[in-house]
Amino acid sequence: MKFTLTEQMICTAANLLEDDKTCLVGSGMPLAAGSLAKKTHAPNLIMVFEAGGFDPVFTRLPLSVGESITFYKATYAGGMDDIMGDAARGMIDYGFLGGAQIDPYGNLNSTVIGDYFHPKARFPGSGGANDLGSLCWQTIAIMRHEKHRFVEKIDFLTTPGYLDGPGARERAGLPADSGPHRVVTTLGLMGYDDETKRMELLGVYESVTKDDVINATGFELIIKKEPKILPPPTDEQLRIFREEIDVVGVISGKSKGKD
Amino acid sequence: MSDLPQGEMELFCPPLRADEARKWFREKRSRKQTDKRMTVKEAVEKFVHDGDYVGIGAFGHIRVPMAIIFEVVRQKRRNLRVAGHTACHDLDFLMAGGCVSHVDVAYSFGHELRPVRTKVGDRLVKAGKLKTTEWSNSAFSWRYKAAALGLSFFPTRVMLGTDTFKYSGAKTIRCPFTGDIYCALPALHPDITFIHVPRADKFGNCQIDGITIADKDLARAAKRLIISTEKIVDNEEIRAQPHLTMIPYFCVDAVVEQPYGSHPCEMPYLYWFDEELIAEYIKATHDEKATQAYIDKYVYGTKDFNEYIQLVGGEEKMKYLKRIEDFQEKPPYPW
Repeated sequence: MKFTLTEQMICTAANLLEDDKTCLVGSGMPLAAGSLAKKTHAPNLIMVFEAGGFDPVFTRLPLSVGESITFYKATYAGGMDDIMGDAARGMIDYGFLGGAQIDPYGNLNSTVIGDYFHPKARFPGSGGANDLGSLCWQTIAIMRHEKHRFVEKIDFLTTPGYLDGPGARERAGLPADSGPHRVVTTLGLMGYDDETKRMELLGVYESVTKDDVINATGFELIIKKEPKILPPPTDEQLRIFREEIDVVGVISGKSKGKD
Repeated sequence: MSDLPQGEMELFCPPLRADEARKWFREKRSRKQTDKRMTVKEAVEKFVHDGDYVGIGAFGHIRVPMAIIFEVVRQKRRNLRVAGHTACHDLDFLMAGGCVSHVDVAYSFGHELRPVRTKVGDRLVKAGKLKTTEWSNSAFSWRYKAAALGLSFFPTRVMLGTDTFKYSGAKTIRCPFTGDIYCALPALHPDITFIHVPRADKFGNCQIDGITIADKDLARAAKRLIISTEKIVDNEEIRAQPHLTMIPYFCVDAVVEQPYGSHPCEMPYLYWFDEELIAEYIKATHDEKATQAYIDKYVYGTKDFNEYIQLVGGEEKMKYLKRIEDFQEKPPYPW
């Protein structure tokens, strides 16, 4: 089956999620990835929403992480303090993140481009991102892989990754043994080197080369071995994504006539 | 303490000392169960002042007190300082109405999954007309929690090590028992708070269906609180299911009955987003004159929120939004 890049990214992200884990999701691609995992290899994945929804039955993709379908037939509908308390207590395994810029340590910027007081662009800010990046055991970022987004120094450190290297999170007071886990990009899959906590190339999509990734990255990626070729979406994944998840095409762009 | 990093920004709403807060709640919060019903016009006239720090209930485009927001714009309150705790349409609309001078940003200027952005905040920030500081969503939850518990700060593990912290008014402290480092967040007692609920009695006992976000704590933290409610119910109805009461009457100063009071935002179980109107608003914000024309048409051009509801399609429109909310109709994505 033919597929789009967005579908490849969602399937790559879904493949990272294990069964019987908890996952704090944002709307958009993270929720699509979580829902796809739940409908395939991880039926007992618990999806949690920062506004208070806990383990809803999937109906349609929400436009907001507080929309009523984020607690439709849910186990419970609580408050943000409940969900963030769960995360602080170490009960949330995965958190999904995004941003305008990412650095080699997985720190993310979703606040401003340029100087804070005279920004070239103003974005919404942390939202729950700083909370997820601080409190979840492992975070997965979804990013467009472009040189001006993958930069050695981000303009504003909104959400903590490994800060400036090994031990920095713990020194700052952030939870130990937590932090960035994977980056799903438009070119492939990145992880982090255990020793230096810097970003490492793990895999590329079928039509992408190692050099494509290097050329689209504004810092030196750790490359220990030839990146593996990531599996394309399976027919089953594509069918479920199109027929049961992104029915009206909010994510694929079908609703806007794109793709 | 001096060896630890500290946030560098001014606090737009510094914490009250715990005894100051107790004094406020002793003197200004009546225990008497009185009828607090009034019109939104009266409530805003009486309780919202230029320069107030404003807390807004719920989240994003969900259960947002839009009827109160409209009235604040209509009455032209100025220099409001606003808690941007995932404040989307509400904050945006206040900014478009020229009401806002300061925003504590957790999530502001964005519209969640909608693939388009409004330009109001962008224009104000770039023109230097809006003062901002940075926080995270949970930071607001904990700031309200501190105030609700009668404390002046709350220790948390978020914001540490980041520019979000540096550009906030938070501080770092050590736990006196373990020595661990925490981010200390100042309690937040907004001067005035608006919360929209599905039902309340005339005394202000409020029940909420679905997620509460930070509203339980926000209501308790608020120095003054205006409730708008889809309907006013008898006190007996509240007492029949007291476990659903999230806000007790003694947190409340005014109760405004306003059907569809969250429109064009969602009210869980009652009506979905009016995406067509949200799209119209977002488009309008890309041009300053069009923004003003939108406000002129929907706020100044109507005498109250009921007339506005008529203007946007009345009962028929609201029934359609209810059918989407109930999964009986497919939602539109018109942006």
